[in-house]
Amino acid sequence: MGTGTKQDTKLVTTSEIKSAVVRFAGDSGDGMQLAGTQFTTTSAVIGNDIATLPDYPAEIRAPIGTVAGVSGFQVNFAAESIFTPGDKVNALIAMNPAAFKAHIGDVEPGGVVIVNESEFGKVNLRKAGYEEGYNPLDEGSFDQTYQLVKVPITRLNAEALKDSGLGAKDANRCKNMFALGVVYWLYDRPLDTTIAQIDSFFGKKKNLPEVAKANIASLKSGYYFGETAEVFPVRFHVAKAAIAPGKYRKITGNEAVAMGLVTAAKLAGKDVCYCSYPITPASSVLHALAGMRNFGVKTFQAEDEIAAVCSAIGASFAGQLGVTGTSGPGLALKSEAIGLAVMTELPLIVVNVQRGGPATGLPTKTEQSDLLQAMFGRNGECPVVLVAAQSPGDCFDITIEAVRIALQHRVPVIILTDGYLGNGSEPWRIPDPDSFEKIEVQHPKDPEQFQAYARDENLVRPWALPGTPGLEHRLGGLEKQHLTGNVNYEPANHQLMMEVRKQKVERVAKVIPPIEPYGDASGDLLVLGWGGTHGSIFTAVENARKAGKNVSGAHLRHLNPMPSNLGDLLKNFKRVLIPELNLGQLRLLIRGKFLVDARGLNKVQGRPFLVEEITQAIDLMLDDEFGDREYLRPHDGVVRLEDQDYDFTSIDGRSG
Amino acid sequence: MPELPVLTVKDFASDQDIRWCPGCGDYAIVNQVKKMLAKTGAKRENTVFVAGIGCSSRFPYYMSTYGLHSIHGRAPAFATGIKIANPDLNVWVVTGDGDGLSIGGNHLMHILRRNVNVKILLFNNRIYGLTKGQYSPTSETGKKSPSTPMGSIDLPLTPLSVALAAEASFVARCVDVDKNLAEVLARAEAHRGSAFVEIYQDCNVFNHGAFKHATAKDVKEDNIIRLEHGKPLIFGKERNKGIRLTGDYKPEVVELGKACKEDDLIFHDEDDEKLAFMLSRMQHPEFPEPMGVYYAVKDDCYEDLLTLQVTDAIEQRGEGSLEKLFNMGDVYDVE
Ligand code: SF4
Repeated sequence: MGTGTKQDTKLVTTSEIKSAVVRFAGDSGDGMQLAGTQFTTTSAVIGNDIATLPDYPAEIRAPIGTVAGVSGFQVNFAAESIFTPGDKVNALIAMNPAAFKAHIGDVEPGGVVIVNESEFGKVNLRKAGYEEGYNPLDEGSFDQTYQLVKVPITRLNAEALKDSGLGAKDANRCKNMFALGVVYWLYDRPLDTTIAQIDSFFGKKKNLPEVAKANIASLKSGYYFGETAEVFPVRFHVAKAAIAPGKYRKITGNEAVAMGLVTAAKLAGKDVCYCSYPITPASSVLHALAGMRNFGVKTFQAEDEIAAVCSAIGASFAGQLGVTGTSGPGLALKSEAIGLAVMTELPLIVVNVQRGGPATGLPTKTEQSDLLQAMFGRNGECPVVLVAAQSPGDCFDITIEAVRIALQHRVPVIILTDGYLGNGSEPWRIPDPDSFEKIEVQHPKDPEQFQAYARDENLVRPWALPGTPGLEHRLGGLEKQHLTGNVNYEPANHQLMMEVRKQKVERVAKVIPPIEPYGDASGDLLVLGWGGTHGSIFTAVENARKAGKNVSGAHLRHLNPMPSNLGDLLKNFKRVLIPELNLGQLRLLIRGKFLVDARGLNKVQGRPFLVEEITQAIDLMLDDEFGDREYLRPHDGVVRLEDQDYDFTSIDGRSG
Repeated sequence: MPELPVLTVKDFASDQDIRWCPGCGDYAIVNQVKKMLAKTGAKRENTVFVAGIGCSSRFPYYMSTYGLHSIHGRAPAFATGIKIANPDLNVWVVTGDGDGLSIGGNHLMHILRRNVNVKILLFNNRIYGLTKGQYSPTSETGKKSPSTPMGSIDLPLTPLSVALAAEASFVARCVDVDKNLAEVLARAEAHRGSAFVEIYQDCNVFNHGAFKHATAKDVKEDNIIRLEHGKPLIFGKERNKGIRLTGDYKPEVVELGKACKEDDLIFHDEDDEKLAFMLSRMQHPEFPEPMGVYYAVKDDCYEDLLTLQVTDAIEQRGEGSLEKLFNMGDVYDVE
């Protein structure tokens, strides 16, 4: 090893901490997502609770070395239960000046900042947009604010691999493993999980044993560097979390959706037909399912978003579980076809992994701004069932619920997740396969008195499958006559059918669980959330309660229909605050439906809420500081009243 | 042995009144389709008609089979989903020149290249009927219509050329009122894979006579060629004309006689993609228009290959259970 061996190890103190937030940041080609994922897996395997936030640019290869090309991966790991990837970064790994520039502002004062000193040359500093002749590493103030640790990662890595047989370029690609090794040492983590994965990926799957060897050598060199170089005054230890014993795996929201679909299909005795068109950040659902052919999964990469939803409806018509997955722009394209599924009353699952909009918007960033699109974005009165996952693991449960509703109520169900949930991960306790209730689905067989649009007590019509003799019938988008299903244009029938479709969705409320507040069932303030913001809202409300504030929280997983007790719950609180990553979509629904003067905390910055932002909004609301403002927004992680008015003539809208 | 009921033409009619305009070419087509189904012993319960939007797309309502009258242009996508979910169904798509080539052009192209085992009947009337007479992607340039009062300025496209370019495995053309319709439908029915059939259809109200050249008794045999595999391209009321290749590989119309024998003519070959394309470019009035099967080759169907991947995966990795599913990836124990 070029960087020293164990014998000159010096004793360093190890500090026991409850949790830590580490962020790996580098150029999008630097392998930061991989380093972060590895760190997460290792932390999960040794028993920490984890939550992650990958953050990558929209371009696959944005200009190298620029701030636009920076890719980050944040992981929060803890000896206690955590629900968010963390507000402030405790340790930042910056592989180049651009990464340093983009992320240094998120590091807590006193936090560890490991920089790859080799990359802080003139050219890279210029690419990062620093002024000619300026190098932040020379700036005394950074040294004082943070524990700045300069490591020539590129050079040390090259040194470590000089006898590896790899060319300079390939060797350089291992430097993420060197950086990972350093962080493993800093947080006292074992290397074996990562070594095993490198072996199985490069060694076995790709059959590149020399690459596997080099990556492992880099990893170990980084680790030994931490041990020997005496650059860290202290290292940290995060003990195992007290999580319920059992078997676990790490799961992302998109993986959980895929597994939920397969599980639900098995419970219903159906095959998954997943018809989709590639779109960020939903594609990994398609990838995951494409690898599950042995579970009877049929995936179909359609020619466009419209064909994807249409083929899914075709699959449902033919009797299987038709599913399409997409993100916001794709949902817009699917609108008309979803209307057909409403009209033909066929089951359909639409997964929408929301991203920043409108138009192409912020494709790789998270947002919750498709709620109203999902609710109303179709021609005509066109109600569908709407559910939303609250955590990566909940993507599994909500998907099964969605399939149950769709198959049993013959109605399209839109599942809303988001980029943060889809790409973020958490430990997932492996359930007992026998613990699930079967999804009973009846298909009529008897031609006697068969009517395609007859209804049961839930207003559900029979799902007769092509191939069944005597039940031949025609479905379509023209208005149907009640009971017979024949084309019908009569005024009274149209009114009746509109009400039938509306009530049919409303009656789904009978099978969804009531909303249960956490905290008290009444009080000064209810913080109501939906979707992927659950972790931040829950943490903020719990903190506020611990501080003695009269606050409760509640979270909606069912957005249409809403739980039947929601109206009563809202009336039990003096104030209602709805934090959302949009400009107030649930707020509009709640105000309209329940005539409640709900106020908002609304952030559309491509990133999840910080717990701190919600905490501040809670305080302002409790102090009745909102005044006439329907909502407040955070700036740079702070919610201030004096900071709410924009000056639209300036570039950042703020400096007047 | 229980006696299998034999279905007649009437058995394929639904109880709905047909609402096409009197004299519309669609009537002839629906009758021929019913005849074909009866003749080939099709089962109502296993047959599905899928359509988009337009006059032709009302077709499923008039059949006693399963049917889906879907949304504009997307019938091929619905049909693909149906076949993926249940490859045993006998699926037909009925579309038109607007539905299939304008709003739904993309889907048509992709169902053909995938070779999904679906029969596609494109009723080409060279006009928008249901929306009252606007020009369509197959209307001749200069077409005067409510939306083009000074005449259309865009070039029409040729459905068969499009289908061939989209890698279709079966391509044919016929005329609504001609005897070759029945033959072509039967051939399409028997083909395993995407079968694309263009049917010249008279819109009696908005574009009457658009295909007069191919339907009028006195002239039609001079204006069409009836394709037969392995036979020379001969046409004409007197069967005295043929198509020959020039020295620079272009088709030309020739009189049969001393100067030109049958053997000098082009012989039709349904396996020859280049010939099929050349035939698809032959247009009235410069050429007689070929009728019948242009191209027919055997190829794997999408849904069969997909099903095969499932069975292969099960063979290689064992059938997936929930137990297996949950334990994929890095599983660890917490004590
Ligand atoms: S408008 Fe034309 S195509 Fe449509 S039904 Fe009438 S005649 Fe037939």
